[in-house]
Amino acid sequence: MDKALPTVADAVADIPDGATVMIGGFGGSGAPIELIHALIDRFRATGSPAAITIINNNAGNGYCGIAAMIKAGMVRKMICSFPRSSNAEAFNEKYLAGEIELDLIPQGTLAERIRAAGAGIPAFYTPTSFGTELAEGKPTEEFDGKMYVRERWLKADFALIKGQDGDRTGNLTYRMAGRNFNPLMAMAAAKTIAQVSVLGVPGSIDPQAVITPGIFVDAIVEVAEPQQEEVLVRTGVVY
Amino acid sequence: MAEFNIMQDKLSNAQIAWRAAQDIEDGSYVNLGIGFPEMIAKFQPEGRDMTYHTENGVLGFGQAPKEGEEDWDLINAGKKPITLKPGAAFFHHADSFAMVRGGHLDLAVLGAYQVAQNGDLANWRVGTKGVPAVGGAMDLVHGAKRVAVVTDHVTKEGSPKLVERCTFPLTGVGCVTQIYTSLAVIDIKGGRFILREKVPGLSMDVLQAVTGATLHIEGDVADLIVPEELA
Repeated sequence: MDKALPTVADAVADIPDGATVMIGGFGGSGAPIELIHALIDRFRATGSPAAITIINNNAGNGYCGIAAMIKAGMVRKMICSFPRSSNAEAFNEKYLAGEIELDLIPQGTLAERIRAAGAGIPAFYTPTSFGTELAEGKPTEEFDGKMYVRERWLKADFALIKGQDGDRTGNLTYRMAGRNFNPLMAMAAAKTIAQVSVLGVPGSIDPQAVITPGIFVDAIVEVAEPQQEEVLVRTGVVY
Repeated sequence: MAEFNIMQDKLSNAQIAWRAAQDIEDGSYVNLGIGFPEMIAKFQPEGRDMTYHTENGVLGFGQAPKEGEEDWDLINAGKKPITLKPGAAFFHHADSFAMVRGGHLDLAVLGAYQVAQNGDLANWRVGTKGVPAVGGAMDLVHGAKRVAVVTDHVTKEGSPKLVERCTFPLTGVGCVTQIYTSLAVIDIKGGRFILREKVPGLSMDVLQAVTGATLHIEGDVADLIVPEELA
């Protein structure tokens, strides 16, 4: 089974208007910058995909990656835990002008909701947020003398993720703390698209080293020398 | 001896961090919140081994790298570059928060806007203006064996941060077990503040006057002694 695609443009070609898209990464680490920029290129050339809902830990930094998607006007809603960064102007402007929706979720709950979706678990109970405004309207229940909040799974139409080594069947490894949300999102989207620094033939990755098995990945594309969002932000790059 | 002046004679943040560090046992797994709590790592007592956890999927990280040696895939929850110690491990976000909520951490230390006598914590938002951001704060208050707060005893305006009931939006309910402030060390037990230590020269009356709920005493109240060079 060969899931490899020749370019990042091919990889994001069928994401439609209104899609819910998970994007891996925590801040800039593990963020699939080239896939995001390919999506922006398509939007600028064709006006599509528009009205995207993004699921990410953050809401972009500076003027590249997710911040550039927001600035370009192709994002309808952010689902995230921490829409604050060294330069969150892109999100803040739209949010304070009422031009973008925000669904704020505690970080561990966000991760577990995504994991639950990938694991076929529609809901679970967590102590996180009990008694706070973020739990308002949610069912609660007592277990062994402690109160918990019921949270639902969180699914997406697409996931854009970043790996280190990949093979043509979709097996993936990750680089250091670039792992973060990537393996969870790979499981939770109807279609998962991975960019990897090294794309090899089946067998090129030691099976014991595989973090995301290829069953969770639908398309894979090589970006040999990926850009780091943090470097782009620090050098003032505007995409 | 001159009269104790709350604003001048209080402990510095470094002194509060040093005091909190003295209570961390050898072999502990610890999460230090972004900002002020991170300073505690600098004062890890000699001969004690601690393993630091960060929400974005690293156990066993060390100090910041030298300038120019940053690797932007190797960062902490504050998005700052870090280095690894021998024995470090990477994991994904669901495992990371399983370590938090699942009771595997020995200690989490957080900052605070307000702490209530029943252990309620407010540390993520002061009002309804601006862009809200919660991050991992609401998760970190659940599950660690000890949840401690480091904070100034009063706000910049001089009003108490230790209160009967939080008025700012809550981060968690009944979660804090210990407070290290610029004037005192306080345990939370049975819905009450129990005073353990106070800075020398500070009277009970003055300390109580800048505390928003009753300070209870069980046994001795020790002097809160910290290194002067950290002032």
